Amino acid sequence: MRADVAIVGGGLVGSALAYGLSREGARVVVLDEGDDAYRASRGNFGLVWVQSKGDGMAEYAAWSRNSAGLWPGLEAALTEETGIDLGLRQPGGIEPCIGEAEYRDYAAQIARMEAQGGVGANDARMIDADEARRLVPALGPEVVGARYSPHDGHVNPLHLLRALHTANAARGVDYRPHHRVISIEPDNGSFVVQTERGPVSAGRVVLAAGLGNGALDKDVALTVPTAPERGHILVTERLAPFLDIPVGRVRQTEEGSVMFGASAEDVGFDTGLNPAIFADIADRARRVFPVLANTRIVRLWSALRIMSPDGFPIYEESVEHPGAFVVTCHSGVTLAAAHAIDLAPQLLQPGFNQSFQAFSARRFDVQAAA
Amino acid sequence: MFKRLPNLKRETVTLSFEGEAIEALVGDSIAAALLAAGVESFRNSPVSGASRAPHCLMGACFECLVEVDGIANRQACLTTVEPGMAVRRQVGAPVLDISAGGRS
Ligand SMILES: Cc1cc2nc3c(=O)[nH]c(=O)nc-3n(C[C@H](O)[C@H](O)[C@H](O)COP(=O)(O)OP(=O)(O)OC[C@H]3O[C@@H](n4cnc5c(N)ncnc54)[C@H](O)[C@@H]3O)c2cc1C
Ligand code: FES
Repeated sequence: MRADVAIVGGGLVGSALAYGLSREGARVVVLDEGDDAYRASRGNFGLVWVQSKGDGMAEYAAWSRNSAGLWPGLEAALTEETGIDLGLRQPGGIEPCIGEAEYRDYAAQIARMEAQGGVGANDARMIDADEARRLVPALGPEVVGARYSPHDGHVNPLHLLRALHTANAARGVDYRPHHRVISIEPDNGSFVVQTERGPVSAGRVVLAAGLGNGALDKDVALTVPTAPERGHILVTERLAPFLDIPVGRVRQTEEGSVMFGASAEDVGFDTGLNPAIFADIADRARRVFPVLANTRIVRLWSALRIMSPDGFPIYEESVEHPGAFVVTCHSGVTLAAAHAIDLAPQLLQPGFNQSFQAFSARRFDVQAAA
Repeated sequence: MFKRLPNLKRETVTLSFEGEAIEALVGDSIAAALLAAGVESFRNSPVSGASRAPHCLMGACFECLVEVDGIANRQACLTTVEPGMAVRRQVGAPVLDISAGGRS
């Protein structure tokens, strides 16, 4: 049976798109790898984050805010369909500053974003140490202030991924693990997707393969210049709730664990662990929250982000092979709602590139030529 | 429920669980000592409140958490008994004292 849409990649991006497409009544097949793959969706920090998103691209600032606004609807629908509690909480969030230099940098970023027009800095503002402590009493004496946004929040990203997979299965989405895609052959307006377990035909094909997109983009005349960026995350023992709002690089989960994140290193596809980075992350967390000084770290890991040259998403339909798309981004948790609710339906309509002009990879050609 | 092998010839140590003396063998993990003494509930879950006891006995599951000499959330299966150790059930999750304005 020919699918309407074949999605390459079953991470948060591909799963959110499959969910959105199934709500439009499309027949969807998702082709994924096995458990040995690079999968940012299994190793991320779980923020639904708006502040600081889109410094340099007003459209991305608006898109992130839009997604945060759509999130309660996505959560309600997924919980109703699957019974899975995603633990979404959007109480606002802060990014604390240690030292005046950090405070000035954050303030400058807000000013830059305000000057971009559109949604500006999405209501983010600087708050002083007293106001920050009223929001988060456990902040330590080194914190001189913070950037605050009322639109920030967090979610359990593993429950999100499971809920999407569960809802998709119930809706008849054909999910196929161990179907690594080897090549895509345009075939008279549709596509033959060659997998390690044989071919799959589809009217449309969406590259949502994270770091795997770069090996397939040329087959459908797209360019996806993304690269890995390694991030480390630490998780503590469970503590009674002490942190009501997410604090950028520190958040307490609903179950009580505290997560510290997340570093950024360019080490290619190396998912190894670097103790010096862990020490830095723990040290920062302890300076922001001295009460955590004796808290035990019980888990730590690294995972690879999928970064475009400017850090913003790439959404594009192939001009040479219409019906072939790429959808990739760094903040796939934050953007899950926008992907499912706003972007997925547009994969079935004409005019995709007009709707998402700002996110075209052509922006990188212009920079290279300038 | 659990019985010791009959021919173990190790020295004994005394520790306490919830204030009551327990005899263990030198080299026991706290988990082995408590299980041999018939303890069935090591902690209760901070999420559901349900009673829990060791599951994997090898450090992976965190079901065996107890409080040892005042320190919360220690894995009983990875901690060796010592004479005089005061072990208590881990009740819920430890509470941080943030009254000092975040100073530890
Ligand atoms: C440390 C860290 C912290 C993060 N924190 C946050 C955060 O707080 N908030 C937030 O919004 N985002 C965060 N992110 C980013 C977020 O995790 C990613 O944006 C998101 O998971 C990307 O999803 P994806 O589906 O594109 O990629 P992936 O999860 O990598 O999924 C891609 C899938 O495609 C499959 N695939 C690849 N090649 C092929 C092929 N040839 N054939 C078939 N399948 C293929 C892979 O097996 C994989 O399953 C973080 C990321 C990291 C690494
Ligand atoms: S019994 Fe599993 S960690 Fe101790």
